[in-house]
Amino acid sequence: MATILEIEDLSVHFPINIGTVQAVQDVNLRLEQGEVMGLVGESGCGKSTLGFSIVRLLRPPGKIVKGRILYHGQDIVQMSQKEILSLRGRKIAMIFQDPLTSLNPLFRIDRQFIETLFTHERGLDKKTAFRRAEKMLESLGISPERLSEYPHQMSGGMRQRIMIGMGLILNSDLLIADEPTTALDVIVEAQFLDLLNDLRRQYNLTIILITHNLGNVAQLADRITVMYGGTIAEVGQANTIFEDPLHPYTQGLLSSIPNIKLDQPKLKTMPGSPPDLVDPPSGCVFHPRCPYDKEICRVQKPETFTEDGRLVSCWLYG
Amino acid sequence: MKNLARYIIARLLLTIPMVFILLSIVFVVLRIMPGDPVSSMLGGHAPESVIELKKEELGLNRPIALQYLDYLWQICRLDLGDSMVFKQRVTKAIAEKIPATIELTICGILITLFLGVFLGAYAADRRGMVQDYVIRLYGIVVYCIPVFWMGLMLQLIFGIWLDMLPIAGRTGPRVFASTFEKTGLYVLDSILVRDFSALGDVLIHLVLPAFTLGLVLSGIFVRLTRANMLDVLKADYITAAEARGIRHRKIVYKHALKNAFIPILTMMGLQIALLMAGAVLTETTFSWPGMGRLLLERIYLRDYPTIQGVIIMIALIVAMASLIVDIIYAIVDPRVRY
Repeated sequence: MATILEIEDLSVHFPINIGTVQAVQDVNLRLEQGEVMGLVGESGCGKSTLGFSIVRLLRPPGKIVKGRILYHGQDIVQMSQKEILSLRGRKIAMIFQDPLTSLNPLFRIDRQFIETLFTHERGLDKKTAFRRAEKMLESLGISPERLSEYPHQMSGGMRQRIMIGMGLILNSDLLIADEPTTALDVIVEAQFLDLLNDLRRQYNLTIILITHNLGNVAQLADRITVMYGGTIAEVGQANTIFEDPLHPYTQGLLSSIPNIKLDQPKLKTMPGSPPDLVDPPSGCVFHPRCPYDKEICRVQKPETFTEDGRLVSCWLYG
Repeated sequence: MKNLARYIIARLLLTIPMVFILLSIVFVVLRIMPGDPVSSMLGGHAPESVIELKKEELGLNRPIALQYLDYLWQICRLDLGDSMVFKQRVTKAIAEKIPATIELTICGILITLFLGVFLGAYAADRRGMVQDYVIRLYGIVVYCIPVFWMGLMLQLIFGIWLDMLPIAGRTGPRVFASTFEKTGLYVLDSILVRDFSALGDVLIHLVLPAFTLGLVLSGIFVRLTRANMLDVLKADYITAAEARGIRHRKIVYKHALKNAFIPILTMMGLQIALLMAGAVLTETTFSWPGMGRLLLERIYLRDYPTIQGVIIMIALIVAMASLIVDIIYAIVDPRVRY
């Protein structure tokens, strides 16, 4: 399998008045074509920031300060504004948390589709563009007549499918889905994840599924990346991570999922709270909350070790 | 669409009680005010008998309640009556002056919208940069300046010091009045008869008054547009459009501005009344022969029927304008249902 995306030593900082938020710190990640990568972690761990930096849509003052993002071998970090614009929507699609607010309420659906097509394919005639939009809707299970409607006339699930449609109509091969089901109810969510699974085969799509919902990830992802405090804790095959988590943070995360089959008198929790990324802990960012906290963890950042075919950043495996 | 028609009819019907309430207030206030048409016509030294005779003739001796009922009945027949001071129908006096006011206010509002909306949107796009601060300063300064003072200063600068633009009237002396017989809107008339030297003359006379009115009101629109744009630019659909590779300028001036325009429209509906008030002052400053000046002149003369007539007209214009704004609202925003 070919590598589609390779992130090397990526650091993203947000300079604010009280200091610098180190939202993403020295992240390395490699994605193979056609796989679904689940990117999980708690709020503020940098998973969304990582997603946004891949299309260079960081909100100011956010900035990529270090590293490379190679998409098919081309470095996105070094691209000019024009080059990145031609990548967005045409090669890399992105969908967001809230489908209800992700479509411009004042423009009809067909207009938003056609605008996307015209942006990337100059000289396309309107009829062809319209046909393509119709076809896309059909393949998403929405009646093509609904193209002439406004976003407010559609349900949340439909709007999220339309968002995907706009991303895929130009045959993007990478989809970044930033918590795509958070705003949907459970049934629509299940349907939507099924759809993602179908689309992925149909389009040979590589998907980065950013979420804090471990259930979503279990259903769809081939591999999982666990992030903590702006760094990657662990990367590995989905089933192995669920069965046998290596990193203490992953262990804590998984054991805090309530299990209906076990008779637990109390919810298991992880002690402590997420790190302050303006002034992160020395050494391993997780050490203040880690049950296996060692001397070296406090002074030196953990290297990434390969253990059992998985990558884990923890001194336990050094 | 059927609902929209029903809404329009309902709104039109609502203007009727509004006009009556307004009218009653004006009617009473005018008669409480010291002075009356007779003394302003005959002066303070006319003999008592002549004054009485004149009052009798104009019906001012009758009880106020009766006068009021009479006037209401007259209005119900859509008759604004005769001037008490001149031998002239009130409708005729208004018809002569109303095109000048409409021309001035339309130009004023176009300038306001153009300046206000584009400066505001540009400032929002350049948030925190020098351009933003300059535009915000402009907004505040212009908003604080009274209309008449702005008019005087523009006259002083462009009319006197630079001697570039005329400071009074709607045309120069060399333009034939016959050019302007069709609609009374001089710009339109001179285009209709293809008299382009007249058109130039009319436009040059419009510049200062229209800008006076437009500049003063643009301040509030600059600030409003900027604030709304800042909100809209944070919206998810803007990020989503950016993620689809659409060019930044298109996103700002098409996607965002159209959304930010909705509250601006609301504001515009509310500002029409202020615009009319501004027009009265601007017309006075620039000797602009419109309804504002007519109103002021007739207030000095205590010409009751004309004052009442002009105020009814202004009220109707304001009501119409806000109705039009509501209709535009429904066109711009598909979510609005009447």
